[in-house]
Amino acid sequence: MDNAFLKIESLAKVFPSMRGGEPLTVFENIHFQLAKGEFVCIIGHSGCGKSTILNVLAGLDEASGGTVIMDSREVSGPSLDRGVVFQSHALMPWLTVMQNIVFAVKSRWPDWSRDKLKAHAQKYIDLVHLTGAEDKKPAELSGGMKQRVGIARAFAIQPKMLLMDEPFGALDALTRGVIQDELVNICAETHQTVFMITHDVDEAILLADKIVLMTNGPHAKIAEIVVNTLPRDRSRHDVHKHPHYYRIRNHLVDFLVTRSKEFASNVPAGYNPLHPPQVRPGLEPDVDSVPEGDTRVRHLHQPAMPVAA
Amino acid sequence: MTKSLWMRSSAVSLLILVVLLFFWHAATVPGPAASAPAGMSDEYAAMMGMGAATPKAGMPGPADIAVTVWEKLSDPFYDNGPNDKGIGIQLGFSLARVLAGFFLAALVAIPLGFVIGMSPVMRGALDPFIQVMKPISPLAWMPLALYTIKDSSLSAIFVIFICSLWPMLINTAHGVASVKREWLNVALTLEVTPLRKAFQVILPAAAPTILTGMRISMGIAWLVIVAAEMLVGGTGIGYFVWNEWNNLSLNNVIFAILSIGVVGMALDLMFGWVSRLVAYRE
Repeated sequence: MDNAFLKIESLAKVFPSMRGGEPLTVFENIHFQLAKGEFVCIIGHSGCGKSTILNVLAGLDEASGGTVIMDSREVSGPSLDRGVVFQSHALMPWLTVMQNIVFAVKSRWPDWSRDKLKAHAQKYIDLVHLTGAEDKKPAELSGGMKQRVGIARAFAIQPKMLLMDEPFGALDALTRGVIQDELVNICAETHQTVFMITHDVDEAILLADKIVLMTNGPHAKIAEIVVNTLPRDRSRHDVHKHPHYYRIRNHLVDFLVTRSKEFASNVPAGYNPLHPPQVRPGLEPDVDSVPEGDTRVRHLHQPAMPVAA
Repeated sequence: MTKSLWMRSSAVSLLILVVLLFFWHAATVPGPAASAPAGMSDEYAAMMGMGAATPKAGMPGPADIAVTVWEKLSDPFYDNGPNDKGIGIQLGFSLARVLAGFFLAALVAIPLGFVIGMSPVMRGALDPFIQVMKPISPLAWMPLALYTIKDSSLSAIFVIFICSLWPMLINTAHGVASVKREWLNVALTLEVTPLRKAFQVILPAAAPTILTGMRISMGIAWLVIVAAEMLVGGTGIGYFVWNEWNNLSLNNVIFAILSIGVVGMALDLMFGWVSRLVAYRE
């Protein structure tokens, strides 16, 4: 896979020991790759270091070992090539919606005229359906609207890669659903390469092409990479009707509930962290005998399982 | 709701004012003059504060002050030599000194506060100096200022400078140091230049705290100028108070006290108004 757009090689994060104890290895031997235009979600329990990985990609944190190569160049320090959507939206409260986005656009294209900056920002405000709220301050917006501004700001600088740290974690389920749908559409339009952290299994299946599963820390590793075999034009309304959906979902929930804990003491034969296995649970035959296609029955048997944060 | 609250507060304020004026008046009404004992000459009786010639009690009442206020305010800018200037001129001198000292202090304190706020090393290095200098009464600097500067007016400005410095410095450093990590991260990921980061991220984020420091400094400067001018003399509202005390003109002293209060309030209201301009809600 030499055409990989982003390559992460042997990434590790070790915190030096406090008062003579053992140094704490949060994660080690992290290898994975992203192709251009791919949407990758990373799932794992708190403390497995997924936020640290994202911050290393963003250039806001430094790894203790390993390299990150994007577009054939090593990543060191923050860059406009990598846009970040923060969980806490991180809007400047003294600026209006328009000014917040213009601030970012001006950082990207400092020579643009005022009109051009505003026109460009307006395009992205329209994209996240915030037309009419340009002159509002963040304090006057709901949580969902604030996060939309955060997304518009990240897309507006047209980064080569978008990094999202649980962007919808603080939103209620209804708002989250609406913005997820918007994000699916925007990504389909812009072919944006995205790396996103989530705790929400359904969100991962809806948005991601590949789902990276991390074992629990310390010494967290990538256990496997789940390829999402659902067709790419997914929507929240009917994604769960596809026969692959619950196979993938069961696989992910199963991993989070049991296998993420047991992985360290029970490493599967032939596991090589340099090439974490790619699995396609959507294509595997069902283990139990519920007839395929009878999604209604499966609904009843599969209550939405909340995943502990 | 808020309007009726405001009306009720105003009514109570007015009531308190009336009660205070009444007691002031009652306490200063001249009593019946002690009649001079028989055989005392009229001149001697007057000199002893007795007899028909007794003008008034020593402490002026509200009516006397009202007359003084009216006289002084109807001609605030006259200048009849060093010991007789209009209140406007005296307040003008004091304000000029306060503003000069204050803005010089701002010029030093805000950039220095930025440095201290952004660099933990500088914060640690300068902290002992600040801790020692801050509790020194600004008037204690006066002899050194007079000796080195050799100009009484400039020395007063220096005293204002030194007393305005600390609240602005400490608040600026605190405001800059507590700018939210996430805003700085946004600036980092957008590769914002250091100058733009300072002026468009850190300054607006810290502005409310900085303004609070400036407001405190201005309040202290206005307190200190009166004492400083009593020491250096010549001009200014502080000198006016002391001069009128030497003249035993309590009317003018009370009038000066009232003007000091009103001007101090106006300065504070101005800073309150500017604070509202830079405030933001999260």
